[in-house]
Amino acid sequence: MKMGKSVRETFGIALAQLGDTHKDLVVVDADVHNSTRTELFGKKYPDRFFNVGIAESNMVGVAGGLAASGKQAWLSSFAAFIMCNAYDQLRMSVAFPNLNVKVVGTHAGISIGEDGPSQMGIEDVSLACSLPNFTVVVPSDEPCTMKAVEALGALKTPAYLRAGRPNVPILYENGCDFQLGKAIQIRQGTDVTIIANGLMVAPALEAAEKLAASGVQARVLDMHTVKPIDESAVSAAAKETGRIVVAEEHMLHGGLGSVVAMSVVRQHPVPMRFVGVKDTFAESGKPDELLKKYGLTADAIVAAVKDLPKK
Amino acid sequence: MATPRLSVADIQTKAKQLRRDIIECTTAAGSGHPTSSLSATDIVAALYYGGILQYDAKNPHWPQRDRFILSKGHAAPLLYAVMAEVGYFSRDLLPTLRQIGSVLEGHPNMRRLPGVEASTGSLGQGLSIGVGCSLAAKLDGYPTRTYVVTGDGEMAEGQVWEAMMSAEKYKLDNLVCIVDQNGYQQTGATKDVLDLKPLAPRFEAFGWFAQEIDGHDVGQVLAALDKAAATKGRPSAIVARTVKGYPLQQMLASDPNHHGKPLTKDEATQALALLA
Repeated sequence: MKMGKSVRETFGIALAQLGDTHKDLVVVDADVHNSTRTELFGKKYPDRFFNVGIAESNMVGVAGGLAASGKQAWLSSFAAFIMCNAYDQLRMSVAFPNLNVKVVGTHAGISIGEDGPSQMGIEDVSLACSLPNFTVVVPSDEPCTMKAVEALGALKTPAYLRAGRPNVPILYENGCDFQLGKAIQIRQGTDVTIIANGLMVAPALEAAEKLAASGVQARVLDMHTVKPIDESAVSAAAKETGRIVVAEEHMLHGGLGSVVAMSVVRQHPVPMRFVGVKDTFAESGKPDELLKKYGLTADAIVAAVKDLPKK
Repeated sequence: MATPRLSVADIQTKAKQLRRDIIECTTAAGSGHPTSSLSATDIVAALYYGGILQYDAKNPHWPQRDRFILSKGHAAPLLYAVMAEVGYFSRDLLPTLRQIGSVLEGHPNMRRLPGVEASTGSLGQGLSIGVGCSLAAKLDGYPTRTYVVTGDGEMAEGQVWEAMMSAEKYKLDNLVCIVDQNGYQQTGATKDVLDLKPLAPRFEAFGWFAQEIDGHDVGQVLAALDKAAATKGRPSAIVARTVKGYPLQQMLASDPNHHGKPLTKDEATQALALLA
């Protein structure tokens, strides 16, 4: 697979483009715009860009006030800081009043590498999903992120977009058929389904290739929207393949795996396994070393499939 | 539309009515924060009846309206009383305060009650929302002004100071923060819990224009609001010295804080007689 830009870089490019057509779009920053890439918007539209300093709580409240006054407010910081530092503000000043605020958490997951666990948002998806009125999106590659930003721009309600730091392979070279709340079946298969999002979609495909070599045909779903979850794609996966593995670069508690499991249990219970960050903080290191050490690889997905009861 | 300025005497009469409403609806509900509402009543009466706030109760989403944000959301009975009195909804709703199904929730919910500009109740957030409203008004070129009322205990929240710094950075002379300095908070006197007095010099240190006034002297409140409106290039703070439960402090002398509890029926009868 050809390498593409990081999700955060693509987000920055897409946001600056969105500003061309959305004249009411404003961006609030807590002085990390060169990291989150909102600087691309800020340079283009300085009048609509507000850097309130290293003050995430205030950033969220200001975005709420702008949205309450008819703007579409985007705000961005590291996933760990925006979700954990300003959660009450997201709850009270965005989710509860159901305002047109888009929250983008960058540097999510353990793949940020050397900066270490204080900077790694590994609980952000769980926290975002626990906010009523929020849509939660975890795009996997460049074309998917471009479409996701555009789709969120058309949404009038709150949303969280998760954006990783490292460059990621291009999965949708011929364009991404992105629709909010609708999974993309990226590989066909009837023996097992691997449901993944974000950085873990590429390893899921690699795992499917390895499994094919041993005669197991895995379906792969890019579940870019965690909330609302695509109930029908989950139901079809359970009924048609009988076994499911979920892979995410996030804590197992409360992430994609939890959301899918709830849907599976309610609709059509089948054996499941989960690949994600166990109940631990990670550490500093190179992204690839960390993903290997913490079990977020194609091999880990293959092992999870093999751990399932045989059909 | 321009809202007219009533005379000081007429505003005082309105304030008396708001106080009666506050006592009646909290006693009927059997819960709520009447004393926190009473301390801010003259300030809010001056805003709504003093020709300060430009609003249209029949068109609550009028884009150029001024914004009133009650950051100390537990004083919701005061907000509901004034909204009913100026015509956002019928006074008949006031006795439904805090009941299931009522839009008059324990703390203000902007999604259920048009005219409420921010859903508050988690202290410290209103001023940031006010900064956002003020930035939007500047972007749109609207004359809109935003008024935020906070409590003095609330000033312990760090977010308030974050908001102050950003308001100064963006020179938000269309933003006014009024501190209802009633001297009490949930567990006791603010001076014993976390004393931030004197507040006005702290605002000044953050680049704001600050005034300190008697928050029960309607003339002083109006004069301070006029001076804030005439101040250019920086946001304005009004530190209003108030009395919790005003003017029932004699009656409530054994428990001057009387926080988060309604008056009993007997106390309410006595209070309403005082406010007749």
